[in-house]
Amino acid sequence: MIRADELTKHFKVHRRKPGFAAALASVFRRRYEVVRAVENVSFRIERGERVGFLGPNGAGKTTTLKLLAGLLHPTSGAVTVDGYVPSKRPPELLGSITLVMGQKSQLIWDLPPSETYAMNRAIFDVPKAEFDATLAELTELLELGKLVDKPTRQLSLGERMKCELAAALLHRPKTLFLDEPTIGLDVAMQLAIRDFVRRYNQRHEATVLLTSHYMDDVVALCPRILVIDEGKLVHDGDLRQLVKTMDPDKRVSFTLTSEVGADELERLGAVILREGTRVTLRVVEREIPAVVGRLLGPLHVADLAIEDPPLEEILRAMFGKAREERAASEAAEAGGAT
Amino acid sequence: MRSGTSRALRALPTLFRVGVAETVAYRAEFLVWLLTSTLPLVMLGLWTSVAGEGPFRGYASPDFVAYYLATLVVRNLTGSWVSWQVSEEVRTGALAMRLLRPVHPFVALGASHLAAVPFRTIVALPIALVLLASSGASALSGDPGQLLCVLPSVALAWLVTFATLFTIGSLAFFITKSMAIANLYFGLFSLLSGYLLPLPLLPRWVATVAELTPFPAMLTTPVELLTRTLSGADLARLLGVQLGWAAATVLVALTVWRLGVRRFEAVGG
Repeated sequence: MIRADELTKHFKVHRRKPGFAAALASVFRRRYEVVRAVENVSFRIERGERVGFLGPNGAGKTTTLKLLAGLLHPTSGAVTVDGYVPSKRPPELLGSITLVMGQKSQLIWDLPPSETYAMNRAIFDVPKAEFDATLAELTELLELGKLVDKPTRQLSLGERMKCELAAALLHRPKTLFLDEPTIGLDVAMQLAIRDFVRRYNQRHEATVLLTSHYMDDVVALCPRILVIDEGKLVHDGDLRQLVKTMDPDKRVSFTLTSEVGADELERLGAVILREGTRVTLRVVEREIPAVVGRLLGPLHVADLAIEDPPLEEILRAMFGKAREERAASEAAEAGGAT
Repeated sequence: MRSGTSRALRALPTLFRVGVAETVAYRAEFLVWLLTSTLPLVMLGLWTSVAGEGPFRGYASPDFVAYYLATLVVRNLTGSWVSWQVSEEVRTGALAMRLLRPVHPFVALGASHLAAVPFRTIVALPIALVLLASSGASALSGDPGQLLCVLPSVALAWLVTFATLFTIGSLAFFITKSMAIANLYFGLFSLLSGYLLPLPLLPRWVATVAELTPFPAMLTTPVELLTRTLSGADLARLLGVQLGWAAATVLVALTVWRLGVRRFEAVGG
């Protein structure tokens, strides 16, 4: 189980203006600023859960993952993973977790990935038979083929990511921290990875904590999501519940087979998109039966689909609203101070 | 689940093998790099010319030949670039991936650097043969027991050097880039370890200061074991001092690391 209690991480960052004069001045006088990357974040994640971590760039997602993996020491608060304090880096914990970072490589740059695999087998003390079986499974699933014998520096980003994933999973970790694991992969491989992560989670009852810029990854894999913004946890719960709370209306998309006027469409719902014959409406949930009846009846539309609003749209609205509220409160405070 | 130490010991042969593969990945670069530590040859030319007209403060021409060729061999086997490696990994955040492995980076990097030693003998061995065939051979120690002690002494010199450079690299946790300190270290090392010239040729007070530092344990001690006939007591004292410095520098390295890693920011990603 993962427990985070009032987890906080602050960084002291040196700030200076651009230009030669500012560079020279910074030699004598430095201006530091405290960045509150993670602020009083608390949550529990049970064994076997798949949890998505969402938030805009710089929200604190990766910092939280690094705290959970023991790469960073918290400024305050506490975190445990399976009862261990990650920042103490106990071998028992390191042998049972993994962190995949799309932007960082654990493969030895000048050697083929097979050498990193051999090294990880020795370091993580994986029995030979288990190692061979896991590597064979990963090779097949990730279509590694001859990639493992090519120097890492000569692999493309997508090829490298596949090899990174294999390196990270060879010791069969019980907890997976995945930070942008599908970056650089084509759509087919993204689907394969999602499928693999789900199967790995089910087969080994592994806990998965995932961040991804591809919302589809999160939607497909994670029944529960944590939304973090400016270091603070703003939502922890069911993905569908978040969507329902933020935007309960449905999206009804269809293709017109005959001329329909704008007035007619607006009577059915708010027109979000109209491109040629393709239309998307925003419709209140309780009105769906009536709207669908009309679309399929008198209007004879084709390719009808009813969906929840896209998660990207929900989050954009969520973060935008939070920022507006914050700006308003700061403006009010500034006004009160003068 | 095995402890970190037993796991590290079991992993050593593989770490060593992978280190070898890394070392030979760029053969040309590696060979050129080996040839960069040729300062002792320059100094050899200088001092044999000075001693051509007669011994200089007790050092005759064959003594200089033996001293500098022995210095070249020892330096070749004990030199390390670990300070640069640790400093860069801290600064760029690449250390993050190393921290996820259940083996202490001191051990992992140590194994990787030790792996380069057999390849360094490619340069060290011919020099040693030249030493044996040259006039310097007459200045070598003839005591087989003392010569046997050269091996552990070189190993300790390697450890003192590696631990000191690991400490310098770890200072990057506090000051982000520690290579300026590494340059300062190299200046002090060159003077106080006997790399530039034998310590007895330095002003007395400088030699006294040198004796209080770990630098002689990094180079002069194994060179003395090779080139001077020592009494049993002197031999035991030199090895004892070297062992003490090895313990002290490893302790400092691990302490600086432990304090520093708390400040690691794992930037990037």
